[in-house]
Amino acid sequence: MENKTPAVAMRDITKTFGNIVANDKVWLDIYRGEILALLGENGSGKTTLMNMLSGIYFPDAGTISVDGKEVVIRSPRDAFALGIGMIHQHFKLVDVFTAAENIVLGLKEGGKLDMKAAAAKIRAICDTYGFDVDPDQKVYDMSVSQKQTVEIVKVLYRGADILILDEPTAVLTPQETDKLFAVLRNMRSDGKAVVIITHKMHEVEDLSDRVAVLRHGQFVGDMLTKQTNAQEMTNMMVGHAVTLNIRRPEPKNPRKRLEVKNLTVRNVDGIVKLEDVSFTANSGEILGVAGISGCGQKELLEAIAGLQPVETGSVTYYEPDGGAEELLGKDPLAIAEKGVVLSFVPEDRLGMGLVGSMDLTDNMMLRSFRRGKGPFVDRKSPKKLAEQVVADLSVNTPGVSTPVRRLSGGNVQKVLVGREIAAAPTVLLTAYAVRGLDIGASYTIYDLINQQKEAGVAVIYVGEDLDVLLELSDRILVLCGGKVSGIVDGRRTSKREVGLMMTKLGGGDANE
Amino acid sequence: MFDLVGFIPRAVMQGIPLLFGATGETLTEKSGNLNLGIPGIMYVGGISGVIGAFLYEQSCGGNVVPALALLIPLLSCLAGSLLMGLLYCFLTVTLRANQNVTGLAMTTFGVGFGNFFGGSLIKLSGADVPSIALSATSAVFSRSLGFAEKLGWFGQIFLSYGFLAYTAVAIALIAAFILKRTRLGLHLRAVGESPATADAAGLNIARYKYGATCVGSMVAGLGGLYYVMDYACGVWSNNAFGDRGWLAIALVIFTVWRPNVSVLASILFGGLYILYLFIPSGMADKELYKMLPYIVTIIVLIISSVRSKKENQPPQSLGLAYFREER
Amino acid sequence: MNKESRFHISKRKALPWYKAWAIRGAAIVLALIVCALITTLATGLNPLKVYGTMIQGALGTPRKVWTLMQNLAILLCISLAVTPAFRMRFWNIGAEGQVLISALACAACMILLGDKVPNAVLILIMIAASVAAGAIWAVIPAFFKAKFNTNETLFTLMMNYVATQLVAYFVIVWEVPKGAGKIGIINQSTQAGWLPQIGDYKYLLNILVVAVLTVLMYVYLNYTKHGYEIAVVGESERTARYVGIKVEKVIIRTLLLSGAVCGVAGLLLVGGTDHTVTTTIAGGRGFTAVMVSWLAKFNPIGMIFASLLLVFLGRGASEISTVYGLNNSFGDILTGVILFFIIGSEFFINYQLHFRVKAEKGGEANV
Repeated sequence: MENKTPAVAMRDITKTFGNIVANDKVWLDIYRGEILALLGENGSGKTTLMNMLSGIYFPDAGTISVDGKEVVIRSPRDAFALGIGMIHQHFKLVDVFTAAENIVLGLKEGGKLDMKAAAAKIRAICDTYGFDVDPDQKVYDMSVSQKQTVEIVKVLYRGADILILDEPTAVLTPQETDKLFAVLRNMRSDGKAVVIITHKMHEVEDLSDRVAVLRHGQFVGDMLTKQTNAQEMTNMMVGHAVTLNIRRPEPKNPRKRLEVKNLTVRNVDGIVKLEDVSFTANSGEILGVAGISGCGQKELLEAIAGLQPVETGSVTYYEPDGGAEELLGKDPLAIAEKGVVLSFVPEDRLGMGLVGSMDLTDNMMLRSFRRGKGPFVDRKSPKKLAEQVVADLSVNTPGVSTPVRRLSGGNVQKVLVGREIAAAPTVLLTAYAVRGLDIGASYTIYDLINQQKEAGVAVIYVGEDLDVLLELSDRILVLCGGKVSGIVDGRRTSKREVGLMMTKLGGGDANE
Repeated sequence: MFDLVGFIPRAVMQGIPLLFGATGETLTEKSGNLNLGIPGIMYVGGISGVIGAFLYEQSCGGNVVPALALLIPLLSCLAGSLLMGLLYCFLTVTLRANQNVTGLAMTTFGVGFGNFFGGSLIKLSGADVPSIALSATSAVFSRSLGFAEKLGWFGQIFLSYGFLAYTAVAIALIAAFILKRTRLGLHLRAVGESPATADAAGLNIARYKYGATCVGSMVAGLGGLYYVMDYACGVWSNNAFGDRGWLAIALVIFTVWRPNVSVLASILFGGLYILYLFIPSGMADKELYKMLPYIVTIIVLIISSVRSKKENQPPQSLGLAYFREER
Repeated sequence: MNKESRFHISKRKALPWYKAWAIRGAAIVLALIVCALITTLATGLNPLKVYGTMIQGALGTPRKVWTLMQNLAILLCISLAVTPAFRMRFWNIGAEGQVLISALACAACMILLGDKVPNAVLILIMIAASVAAGAIWAVIPAFFKAKFNTNETLFTLMMNYVATQLVAYFVIVWEVPKGAGKIGIINQSTQAGWLPQIGDYKYLLNILVVAVLTVLMYVYLNYTKHGYEIAVVGESERTARYVGIKVEKVIIRTLLLSGAVCGVAGLLLVGGTDHTVTTTIAGGRGFTAVMVSWLAKFNPIGMIFASLLLVFLGRGASEISTVYGLNNSFGDILTGVILFFIIGSEFFINYQLHFRVKAEKGGEANV
């Protein structure tokens, strides 16, 4: 392996955005006939590095060589010319175009557009690797995994033999993931170089031949997958021996707070996202929600929060002093007017939870601006609240009149969580609360959530990191394809059990 | 009895400036640029042609060479509208300025430009009416096929127009073909729908936007030229072109961004625009008839949004500036 | 080598306000220099003298100052009207039509009810009718935007022309004398429905009304719950829904307000100064207002200066045209040029250019 010329050799690659160093003198080798897993926490610079290879960004410093020759990649076109193709996490497809039109987009094969020839070539590629693509289908009619397939075919159509996939499995079901992996293995045996960006250990172990680790924009090291293990890789990723030790106080006097019964939700396209979901959430308890990304977590939380139209089912809220309230069919305002203090930390912080261009004060006001009689808003108490959140959660900001967009991810999340907690909720919904946060900030968030639990709040915590879920949650609700695969005790279950339940209803041989 | 044979040629002649404008604006919008400066550009196109023709007619004292009388106004019209297109692109693409504001400013500028130079020429020509007549040039532009008159109603309806009218139809059909059937068109549409996608596919966004908008401006400018030289028989009077530029934008919506549909729709619009002349009605009612094209456009706009068929929507990134590192 | 590699553009974090205004100021100065060049080239006149004449024309006599203030008031009023919608990212370019239709409603009341009801009642009816007409005209596109996401820019644009034709229709229906093609001064003898004049100052009422409106709009946008909701909806509809703001309701309510303020402009034009209605009574100010609002970054106080600049240019230009025998449209050219410079200058406020010292190595120097 060592005496082979790498297909791609990146040397001393540095890229900064403003004063954030996204990549700092990174070295990376990519070989043909090999699947390389590029591993790293969120914000470690994996995507930025690959974007420089695919011509989206241009490095500030450093060199890139392809097959031993130094090259300059200024645009995606340059990258294609070198046989490099990238499948982005956010698909780059034109909705109103057909699959074939998207695939030939940007190619210069003479002026005439021969869609028939293109369709034939697409079918040939599909046959080679076992894809299923209808060249004439419009992208807006496609499922996520179909769109991803189009992206892959698009890259192959251009004759790419160095493929980069940015977290390709985040949106796929287990079956689709298996199919994708089979295709990637086919490509490997075809002599192509494959890079898969991920932070999921089991995928690395399952698929890759070699693994390279980035941490805080720096290259930490690479090794053969079979010579390492999950523990070592995690340590490299995080930078120190990780002993995830999250406090888990015993629930005090848990009482039924929220009861969800037979919830079924379809999205705008009529696809069932949740099917017959039932569970209860108790006060003073953290209910973890596990599942592969896109299995209905978002819809579940949004349905409870009154943001998602529901087909059938009920969500009953039990007040601390007795009495019950049906939440379904009410919008967030109506729920609040019923006196139910339901806080929600959504996944999309700047697109939903906060307004990026507004300052901290105005963002605090989002929840409270209706308070008080008369037509005027009160900015005094939100300002106080902002100052308090900044002080309590040590938010790193020049001041409370700084637009939140300028804060770093961790600080943005602190502002959002701080505001949601300040409302003294009885139910707290969080979605991927530590996504993109460094370890320190993550621990702050875990602490805050535990404090809420001890204060008697019913917490529903949707997470993606199973280790955290297992240490933080009292009970874990496992979703699989929009259905409840099972509810397990966080203290007794194992990662393996939950993992199985995530991929298969009921978890196969595992029993509750 | 409704005089159809009389009506259709009038409708066509009304429709041709709209067709030029709409084809130009469609090309522009397909690249994601909502150019509200089209009305101004059509003025500039018109007056540039007039200036060229005026200077030429003055210099040769009325004995015009047909080829030059054609070419000089044509080239000056194209040059004038190209400059306007470049200005719009520089502001909105290179400097990423707000498209609505830029377009409106260009319309203010363009109409002012047209009327100012129109006024200056009128003064220069020393005419006692507030207009200039370029009859020699106009004669060249509006010359139709000689045998058309012998063919009765057929000739009148199909063959009685100056060459620019046929050019308009040809350009619209070519534009439709390019947009639908060629690689260039596919790329252009991708730029207007999703510049980030097109960028990732290796297309130079700025180049496509500049190209489409500048070509679009030139096509629209020809509409102004046709209006003066053919429709108005070479007579430029200030503000005579009126609101046709806005009607052209309406036509783009009406045809759901399809230049080939514009060919017939422009005639329909032209017909609606002059219908009042052919329907016996009071003076006041005529004004109501003139409302028709706009009402029809609104209805089309509503219907297409209610049906929300993706193909009939405006290009998705219409009106938005593209900045690669903001994603 | 690719030309793009010479420099690199990035978004600025934020510029202190004085730097931003320095850039805008520099743009205006540059624009004035370019305009001076154009003036000399196009007319052969001394540009300094021309500018002197412009100032004379705009501010030379008390009467001219009053006219300037009146024009300023109307333009500012329409700019105020479109601003709440713009803050919500609803691109209402239909102010022209909204003003026209309310002017028509106002004139209709004056013509039809002029001798039937007492003057005070008539004025109340006129106010109600104008405001309602403007609001209705604005809420139609808003309804379809809220319900079906119909493109509002194109819709409001079309509504302008429908309004123009409606006015054209009624101008002929009510023309005086028959065949004149215009309405003429309404209720010339009785002055029924004429808004009261304060002292000897014909325009003072309009100016005061708009001054009050400016303050109200400033307060509304910045200090009220409605204003806050508008800002949230404009930034992110999802966030708005997340905190329980009913987006459809806010869109419709805001456009009702927008149209209503246009209605006030129509009322002031017909009832206050012109006492007649024509298809050109709005005079393109519905479009100019879009630029005013945008130039001032949707800030009502900034809009005072933005509209002053544009009105000053317009008045000055019409003075040039009479003094030097130039065509009135010369002012439009100058306005256009100045706008281009201001529009272009925003780039340097929002973005930063970095020039690569050596394209190959990618070293960058900030400029």
